Amino acid sequence: MKARGRAWKYGDNIDTDVIIPARYLNTSDPKELAQHVLEDLDPEFRYKMKPGDIIVAGENFGCGSSREHAPLAIKAAGVSAVIAKSFARIFYRNAINIGLPILEAPEAVERIETGDEIEIDFSTGEIRNLTKGEVYHANPFPEFIMEIIKAGGLVEWAKRRLAK
Amino acid sequence: MGGMTIAEKILATHAGKEEVKPGEIVLAKVDFMFGNDVTTPLAIKTFRKIGVEKVFDPERIAIVLDHFTPNKDIKAAEQCKFSREFAREQGIKWFFEGGNVGVEHCLLPELGLVLPGELIIGADSHTCTYGALGAFATGVGSTDLAVAMATGEAWFRVPETIKFVYEGDLQPWVTSKDLILYTIGDIGVNGALYKVMEFSGEVIEKLSVEQRMTMTNMAIEAGAKTGIIEPDKKTIEYVKGRAKREYKIYKSDEDAKYYKVIEYDVSKIEPQVAFPHLPENTVPISKAAKMNIKIDQVVIGSCTNGRLEDLRMAAEVLEGQKVAPWVRLIILPCSPTVYFKAMKEGLLEIFLEAGAVIGPPTCGPCLGGHMGILASGERAVSTTNRNFVGRMGHPKSEVYLASPYVAAASAILGRIASPEEVVK
Repeated sequence: MKARGRAWKYGDNIDTDVIIPARYLNTSDPKELAQHVLEDLDPEFRYKMKPGDIIVAGENFGCGSSREHAPLAIKAAGVSAVIAKSFARIFYRNAINIGLPILEAPEAVERIETGDEIEIDFSTGEIRNLTKGEVYHANPFPEFIMEIIKAGGLVEWAKRRLAK
Repeated sequence: MGGMTIAEKILATHAGKEEVKPGEIVLAKVDFMFGNDVTTPLAIKTFRKIGVEKVFDPERIAIVLDHFTPNKDIKAAEQCKFSREFAREQGIKWFFEGGNVGVEHCLLPELGLVLPGELIIGADSHTCTYGALGAFATGVGSTDLAVAMATGEAWFRVPETIKFVYEGDLQPWVTSKDLILYTIGDIGVNGALYKVMEFSGEVIEKLSVEQRMTMTNMAIEAGAKTGIIEPDKKTIEYVKGRAKREYKIYKSDEDAKYYKVIEYDVSKIEPQVAFPHLPENTVPISKAAKMNIKIDQVVIGSCTNGRLEDLRMAAEVLEGQKVAPWVRLIILPCSPTVYFKAMKEGLLEIFLEAGAVIGPPTCGPCLGGHMGILASGERAVSTTNRNFVGRMGHPKSEVYLASPYVAAASAILGRIASPEEVVK
């Protein structure tokens, strides 16, 4: 599985309140949520991004609330992956569970700038910066997490487990 | 076999193992799980996709409609209706709305539905609150809740534990809220990322169970998987008469391995105020009170500081005083029981005489839901747990986090103030 798109870079501690503000949490419809993705961080994001684009951020991405609406909004907006130095733990498991690709790659975050064309190979964890001509490597996932990713998310994983 | 921490012991037992090591991923049996009106609808939709007819055990699931209730708009009402219908269909035993609903993390401990030694997940980040009872309790998303409702299990990466030891004598007006704000200010909002914060020391032993909940509640604000405190006599006393299930007490071994041990001399800690827009931006009150920061609103309530003892603290400062004319003071007792007791004790009278608005038990303004939303440029002092951009309303509004003492004093003077300035 591969992804390719332009990078949109943000800072540390991007919380779930700015990813999807609570004023929109009276729905769980992914399409509706996507219309407000990152609204309180970068109100222009949803207009300037194209499907396939990649969010790049610093430490502790997705901190705060457990709202799964945050990774859902990002996924439904068409973002193909989030690369960060580190993820807040509930966001991390939510993203894995719903099948939003995330990568922990501190070096990539240091080097990538907004607008860079990025290609990701999820099977190897290789991140290519086509604009700069550089290659970075994401931290590998633990085996169990890979199992969930390969199943396509926690629901599919659970179905298989229940079928056993 | 080396020693284990309390968190490791609870995870090991629930995973059916002799021991677990940090970094390991385990599948574990969950004792109790729940969601609220924001997270449950999504969990129900996901539950339907799994293809099982019935939840694994309707007595181990709670649905607490506390965030946007009393329903703030049509969409919120629809979300609640959807959750209510599911609760009825599945025979969910612990369903709360209307006159029996409180803020989930106040309500569930009060009712003895979360207990020492248990493994608890909640589709709400402040589920870590129950660590104050010696449970391993952690926030998850709706998909985790859905799968757990179907299977009774969840996956956990066994976290490292950081031990925090608090020693010394507390200064006047210093509460557990100040201790946790100070700690987050010290280690940062990702200072305990993926880890457990184990709170200990003579100061923690002296805190009441309610005060301990204020601390474990905010462990998530340092990125932690949970906060935890070893159960003692006070814990057992608290759960006595409430416990809805049998429970077990776990304690950390003397030779347990910690990622780090951090010690604080609390005699040097003042009341704290966390400035916008991160809980780590803490400033001691002696400095904050001199900055003449004018405020428009004060909120006293939430799963962090909406319990009876918190309201007593607010009343101690507000008694015989008046709220500044330009300030809206909103007080939200966090459960029907707290509300009732506050009425019996005469606290509500003190609040009304001071010019406060008393609202129903709801999360309401804490997450910018309703009942106290800020306009652009407005500032609030709040006893809640987050001060992120737009948390209480407009993205250009500001939230300052503090204890009930500091919040009450600020309401009276109309600026960030120390209780010392009001109570002579």
